[in-house]
Amino acid sequence: MALHFELVTPEKLIRSAEVYQVVVPGTEGDFGVLEGHAPFMSTVRDGAIQIFETATSAPESIPVVGGFAEVNERGLTVLAEKAG
Amino acid sequence: MASLKELKGRIGSVKSTQKITKAKQMVAAAKLRKAQAAAEAARPYAERLGAVMASLASKVSGDGAPKLLAGTGSDQRNLIVLVNTDKGLCGGLNSNLVKAAKAKAMELTAAGKNVQFYLVGKKGRAPIRRDYPKQIAENFDTSTVRNPGFAEAEAIAAQLVEMYEAGQFDVAHLIFPQFKSALAQDPTVAQLIPVPAPANAAASSAVVEYEPDEESILEELLPRYVKTQLFVALLEREASEQGASMTAMDNATRNAGDLINRLTIEYNRSRQAAITTELVEIISGAEAL
Repeated sequence: MALHFELVTPEKLIRSAEVYQVVVPGTEGDFGVLEGHAPFMSTVRDGAIQIFETATSAPESIPVVGGFAEVNERGLTVLAEKAG
Repeated sequence: MASLKELKGRIGSVKSTQKITKAKQMVAAAKLRKAQAAAEAARPYAERLGAVMASLASKVSGDGAPKLLAGTGSDQRNLIVLVNTDKGLCGGLNSNLVKAAKAKAMELTAAGKNVQFYLVGKKGRAPIRRDYPKQIAENFDTSTVRNPGFAEAEAIAAQLVEMYEAGQFDVAHLIFPQFKSALAQDPTVAQLIPVPAPANAAASSAVVEYEPDEESILEELLPRYVKTQLFVALLEREASEQGASMTAMDNATRNAGDLINRLTIEYNRSRQAAITTELVEIISGAEAL
């Protein structure tokens, strides 16, 4: 199963896709989000988030600045002031 | 009656005015499309941030709430953040905004509150200065950049939060034009600081984990929320300006067309009259012989 992932900046919706896993650089440490993650909110430190399309694929990384991550039953949403 | 030469000159000048208004209208139409797209693209971020804020604010309440959410405990000193355009040629847009701001200021003054203005954009300065010369706290110039965007919103928000932290005002109201269509842009008044408690706090039953904790997240998100609010206002202003400009210039072009028609008829009539007079003179001269 896939995780619904969205990366949003004030300018536009950068990414909205079904992925396998996303690793987010949280303020208190990196965390990986897979499908079915418990509800969770965290601020994100400036750095790169890594997106794994499938379990085996190489990660794609997108740098973000001023971010905030929210995991709910619909998936993971990262709000960032700047991305890409 | 104006002479033929004078009429010709007037027709020429109205024609060149029409050319200008027509060009401005077309430019506005093209820019409007872009501005609308930008406003649309910004919506998901604002919506999601609003939703997150709502769910967080419902959890953090009482004494632990940050100042930006809870307020200073007073509402004596009010700051009106008025978002105007930098350029004219957009019909009644700016005067409507100024009117709304003055109405708000009047209402607050009548309630015994102090009012200050924070003006964004050039076109609000003169009319506000005329009525409230001593109450303009700050001007923010957005005319130096071509497309005011998030960086400008960030700068304005930073300044506002700084003023708020320094205790220069208790409540900030944001007045900006809301883009409805090319024909309608309504001045909207919204409370900016303290951030109004969201009405529809979707209290989800799920236990959410917070990292670091609710208060620190909220503390970080509140300035960002103010920023987003201003960003949305700037985008709405951009779309409103182009929409209003398009409509105003369309009217101006049409009026110029009418004027040209009228002047042309007048011109032809006086030309005809001159010819007739000349003929009558020749004929009566010939008859006299």
